[in-house]
Amino acid sequence: MINYLVRYYDRLLTALLEHLEIVLLAMVFSVILAAGLTLLCQFSRRFARLLVHGLSVLYSVPSLALLALLIPLTGLGKTTAVIVLVLYNQYLLLRNILAGLDQVDPGVVEAATGMGMTRWQLLRQIKLPLARKAVIAGLRIALVSTVSIATIAAAINAGGLGTVLFDGLRTMNTAKILWGSLLSAALALGADRLLALAERKTE
Amino acid sequence: MFGQIEEYFRTSLDRWTGMLAAHVEVSLLALAIAAALAVPAGILCARYERLKGPLTGLFGALRVVPSLAILLLMLPVLGTGTAPAAVALVLLAVPPVLMNTVAGLESVPAPVLETAAAMGMEERQIWQKVRLPLAMPMILAGLKTAAVEIVASAALAAKIGAGGLGELIFTGIGLFRTDLLLIGGGSVALLSLLTGVLFELLDKLLLKYKNV
Repeated sequence: MINYLVRYYDRLLTALLEHLEIVLLAMVFSVILAAGLTLLCQFSRRFARLLVHGLSVLYSVPSLALLALLIPLTGLGKTTAVIVLVLYNQYLLLRNILAGLDQVDPGVVEAATGMGMTRWQLLRQIKLPLARKAVIAGLRIALVSTVSIATIAAAINAGGLGTVLFDGLRTMNTAKILWGSLLSAALALGADRLLALAERKTE
Repeated sequence: MFGQIEEYFRTSLDRWTGMLAAHVEVSLLALAIAAALAVPAGILCARYERLKGPLTGLFGALRVVPSLAILLLMLPVLGTGTAPAAVALVLLAVPPVLMNTVAGLESVPAPVLETAAAMGMEERQIWQKVRLPLAMPMILAGLKTAAVEIVASAALAAKIGAGGLGELIFTGIGLFRTDLLLIGGGSVALLSLLTGVLFELLDKLLLKYKNV
């Protein structure tokens, strides 16, 4: 195992960086899309409910199945992987953000409205700051799930640490499987700890 | 496209049902073992405060590890086939059941337990007649999460020789056969959605009192 690391550390590093790239791309797009959808949800409660329900159905589709179903539309590779990751994250993010916004004390909201705040001001200056704990909790779940599902995306040539795992499997190379598992597990645990820290900081 | 799919079902229906059966079989096996391990473990955690920290900590960390890593890690240890896949699936399914069992048992309000004790119930009766039934919705929700997770990961388990519908997907990717991808992906997706619906029905059936 150590031999493998010494000889091929550059390959492992490339895979790790590729993995990080996919995860970061997916997270950036996820947050942008989730922010837009959150704004849309402010206009209608019914739309919000329907959207979250639809996303929950989509979320329960296994990742390998969703990747397979998207290949005919968007082909193999990184694009499809990022699309799938962004789709899954919408459920995790919106569920948490909307729940967080709803939990804001109605008295506070009423006071803000009474002060003459518009709906936009209310959201930006009152509701979002008060809901930031729930938002960060959602980001944490989304990030860990993204790191995890991104390994599976290697099955459709998206690259990343999953490539190391699948290659190790094909050639029955135990060192490779171990390093791939170790790195992906460490990445997921590290991401989880990092955002757990951020969560505690917001208190 | 639809012609190809129709053709597949006409010529290879028995192969498809075979894969479906293998998928359902390994999933049910893993869910049963996970439930048999995690629910008692959750009860022990709720009962002995000292166990709770280490056990929930361990499985909380396990929950974060990517499922593909857990599956493939079985390979050097247990080799290929259904058995290592089942072990990996059990490992993936234990955390949600354990966490929900603990949370469910702890969320039973103290006054309810006190009332039960005041009515003359023994410790054993309180657990059987009050605490466990009231924790049931949460335990069932944990089992649902676990079942959906198992069905999804069982598709990946095709990679370590466990069979199942994942085989169709991996073959489809390998040969770039759109029909196999759609059949495999569609079957796994439907199976997963069906699992969720089944658990919702079970919830309605077992926990009628909730909706009174």
